[in-house]
Amino acid sequence: MADLTTSFAGIHSPNPFWLASGPPTNCGEQIMRAFDAGWGGAVWKTIGEPIVNVSSRYSSVDWNGNRMMGLNNIELISDRPIETNLREIYEVKKRYPNHAVIASLMVESTREAWHSMVKRAEDAGADGLELNFGCPHGMSERGMGSAVGQVPEYTRMITEWVKEAARTPVLVKLTPNISDIRVTARAATQGGADGLSAINTINSITGVDLDTLIPRPNVNGHSAHGGYCGPAVKPIALHMVQQIASDPQSQLPISAIGGISGWREAAEFILMGAGCLQACTAPMHYGYRIVEDMVDGLASWMDSKGFPTLDDFRGRSLPRVTDWQHLDLNYKIVARINPAKCIGCQLCYTACWDGAHQCIHVSGSDRSAIVSTPTATAVSHAVPPSRIPRVDEGECVGCNLCWLVCPVENCIDMVRVDNGLNSESWAERSSRIPA
Amino acid sequence: MTSQYAPLSPQAALAEADRCLFCFDAPCASACPTHIDVPRFIKKIASGNVMGSAKAILDANVLGLSCSRVCPVDVLCEGACVMHNLHQRPIAIGKLQRHAMEFFYDVGGALPQAAVALPWKVACIGAGPASLACSAELRAQGARAIIFDQRPLAGGLNTYGVAQYKLAPEESGREVELIRAAGVEFLTGIEIGKDILLDDLLRDHDAIFLGIGLGGTQPLGIPGEHLGGIQTALQFIADYKNRRPVNIGDRVVVIGGGNTAIDAAIAARHLDARDVTILYRRSERDMSAFAFEYEHAKREGVKFMWNARPVAFHGHNHVGAVECEYVPLIACDTVILAVGQSRLVDLLSSIDGLQLHGGLVKVNPESGQTGNPKFFAGGDCVNGGREVVDAVAAGKRAARGILQWLT
Repeated sequence: MADLTTSFAGIHSPNPFWLASGPPTNCGEQIMRAFDAGWGGAVWKTIGEPIVNVSSRYSSVDWNGNRMMGLNNIELISDRPIETNLREIYEVKKRYPNHAVIASLMVESTREAWHSMVKRAEDAGADGLELNFGCPHGMSERGMGSAVGQVPEYTRMITEWVKEAARTPVLVKLTPNISDIRVTARAATQGGADGLSAINTINSITGVDLDTLIPRPNVNGHSAHGGYCGPAVKPIALHMVQQIASDPQSQLPISAIGGISGWREAAEFILMGAGCLQACTAPMHYGYRIVEDMVDGLASWMDSKGFPTLDDFRGRSLPRVTDWQHLDLNYKIVARINPAKCIGCQLCYTACWDGAHQCIHVSGSDRSAIVSTPTATAVSHAVPPSRIPRVDEGECVGCNLCWLVCPVENCIDMVRVDNGLNSESWAERSSRIPA
Repeated sequence: MTSQYAPLSPQAALAEADRCLFCFDAPCASACPTHIDVPRFIKKIASGNVMGSAKAILDANVLGLSCSRVCPVDVLCEGACVMHNLHQRPIAIGKLQRHAMEFFYDVGGALPQAAVALPWKVACIGAGPASLACSAELRAQGARAIIFDQRPLAGGLNTYGVAQYKLAPEESGREVELIRAAGVEFLTGIEIGKDILLDDLLRDHDAIFLGIGLGGTQPLGIPGEHLGGIQTALQFIADYKNRRPVNIGDRVVVIGGGNTAIDAAIAARHLDARDVTILYRRSERDMSAFAFEYEHAKREGVKFMWNARPVAFHGHNHVGAVECEYVPLIACDTVILAVGQSRLVDLLSSIDGLQLHGGLVKVNPESGQTGNPKFFAGGDCVNGGREVVDAVAAGKRAARGILQWLT
C-alpha cells in the first residue's frame, strides 16, 4: 500500500490532505472531528482582530443540474476572539500531536502587530504559519489580505517581518487576482518564506437574481464582490501552481488550493509539483467524510502506477508543460468514429460544423418526411447507419472537439497518422527561416 | 393512478431536461408524426424558459397536451431516443412535454393571433384531433375555420374515447378552448345530413375538411348479441369518462386484441370489477396492442385468454356467459366489444368523386386532398384508426394543402 505521509516545508502530517483556512476550520471542535474523519492537517480559519460578518455570505454557480460547481463567499476572517482560537489550537495539538495545525494569520500591516501575532500563535503550539495575503473581499478594503498580496513589495516586507519572529515554517498564501502570480511568489521567496499556498479565491460576482435584479449574495438589497472557489476554479489553480513550480526564482514547496474535490485533482496537483493539498469547498458541500476516498483513491492510484510515496511522482508532469513555441507542428492526429459505438446523436457533427473545421459529415435530414405511428407493437433501437457521421480525415485538423463532446466513451478516437514529417516546433521553424 | 402517470415536479423536470443530450437533427423529432422539435423544447425547460418550451411544442402540434398524455411514446419519440444505445432509460419526453403544456395552460397561455386575414372559409366536419389541428392551422394562417360535430362536446375521441387515466375530458376541453380562443368557430350538436345538408355546407364554404373518424363498434354477428350487459368499448369508455353510472358487475369479459380492448379492460378494473378477462381470437403474438399497453394491463390484474373466438352469448335478457370454440363457457356479468370500428360509408359515398378503399377515404398524403378537390380528409377516416398524433399531423398537412389549393 502506498505511503501517503507528508513532510511539507518541515511540517509533518499523516497524509497530504489539509483543510484550507475557512469555515470548515473555524474552531477546534470542527478540526478534531475532521482529523477523526481522516484529514491530515488543517489551516485554521484566519486569526486576527475579530470582525463582524454579514448575512448572507455565499452564492454559487450551479451547472446542468449540479449544485455548487463554483462557490463565492464574502465572509471575512475569524469572528472569534484571538485568545479563543489560540486556546483551541493548544487543545487540538495536545490531542492530535501528529496532525498538522497551521495558524492562518492576518493583522494590520505593522511590524509589531505581526511580531506579536506570530509569537502568540507559535506559543499556542501551531506547527506552522500561513500568512493570508490573498483574501480578496472586505479585508482588502482595510489594507490587509489581497491588498498586501497584490503588491510584491508589501508581500516581501511583511514576510520579512514575520520571519524575524517566527520559529516555525512560514507559508505565504498567494492571491490569483494579479496578472502574474510568479511576481508575488518571488517576493515571498525573497522575504524568506518557507513555502507557498496557492491559490486564494478569485474575485467574482456569481450572478444576479432575475426576479429582484439584485446580485448574489444579497445583503439587504446590495451585494459585494466575493472570492470564487470550488470545482470551477481548478484549471486556473492548476495553471498557477504549475507556473510557480516551474519558476527557477521561487523554488519553494507549494501547498495547492483550488477546486480539489477528490483524489484525482490531488494527483494532478502533485504531478504539477504540489507538496500538499488544501480543500475547502468540497468539505463545505459534502462534509469531512469525503477525505476517506481522497486518501483511498490516491493510494489506489499510486499502487496501480507503482509509486510507493508522494515524492515518487511529485512534479512528474512539470517537464511536459512547455511554451507553445516548442510544441511539434508536425504531430498529426485525426478523429475516427467507431460506428459500432456511435449512438447517432450527431453532437460531433454540429460541434465540428459550427465550432471547428467542418470536416464531419452526415447524411441529409429526414425531418420533413411524413411519419406515422408504427404498427409494430415494439420498436428496434438500432442506430440507423444514416445517422452515423463520417470524418473527412484529409480536412480534420485533430482539434479534439468532437472527441470532447461525444457522450459515448471510446466512440471517437484521436488517432495519430503518419505524415512522413519529422518533429519541428515553431521555434525551430522560425529560427530556420531568415527574418 | 400510480406514479407512472403522475406529472413531474419542477425540479424533476429540470433534472430530466438536463439529461437530454441535445442531439442534432434529433431522432426523437424525426420519429414524431408532428415533428415536434423535442430537444429544443426540452432545453428550454432546462434553461427555465418553460413558456417558450410550450410554444415550441404548440408550434408543431396544437394538441401538445393531449399528445403528451396519450402518445405511445415507447414506439415514437422515446423509442427513438439515443439513450437506449447508451443503455440508459430514454429521456421522459412525454412527461417533459406534459410539464411544459400544463405550465402553459395553468398560466393562461394563448395561441398567437393570425397576422393576416385570408378571404376563405373552411368547414371541418368532426371535432376530433384531426379537425382541431386542421382548423387551428387554418386560423393561424388567417382563414376562417368552422367545426361541426354531432356530439355536445368538441374534442372527439380525446373527449369521449381516450382512457380516463390518460386524459380526462376536462383536459381535452382545455385544448378545445385554446383553439376556440384563437378564433376557430364550433357548431356542436349538429349532424351533417340531418341538421345541415352537405350541399349547403359545400355552397357556403371554400373547402371542406373531413375529420369524421370512424363509426360505431362493429358487431360480431353472433347469437345473443342483443342481450343486456353487452356494450361497445367506445360507449363504455365514454360513459365512464363522463361519469355516467356504469354498472358492470364483478366479472367482465372484453373481446378484442387492440389498444381499445386494453383501455376498456383497465377501466373495468378501475370500476372495481374483480375478474376482467380479455378474449382474443388469435395468439398473444398477433395482438395489435402495444407491448407497453399489454404490460400495463397485466399489472392492473387483467387476465388474457388467447385463441378464443366467441361463437354465442348466453343468458335470459342479460348476458350470463360467453361461449367460445374449444373452451368451456365463460361466466360473466358484462361483455365489452372492442373489435374495431365500422366505416362511415353512407356519408362518404354521398360525396361526388370521393374515392374509398375499404371504407377509408383515399387522399394525397402530402395535402390530404381527396378525389373531390374541394374535400380534404385526415385522421381515423383516412388511416383506419391510429393515434391522436397521427390525426394532428394529417390535419395540419391538410390545412396547408387546403390553403395551397385555394391560393
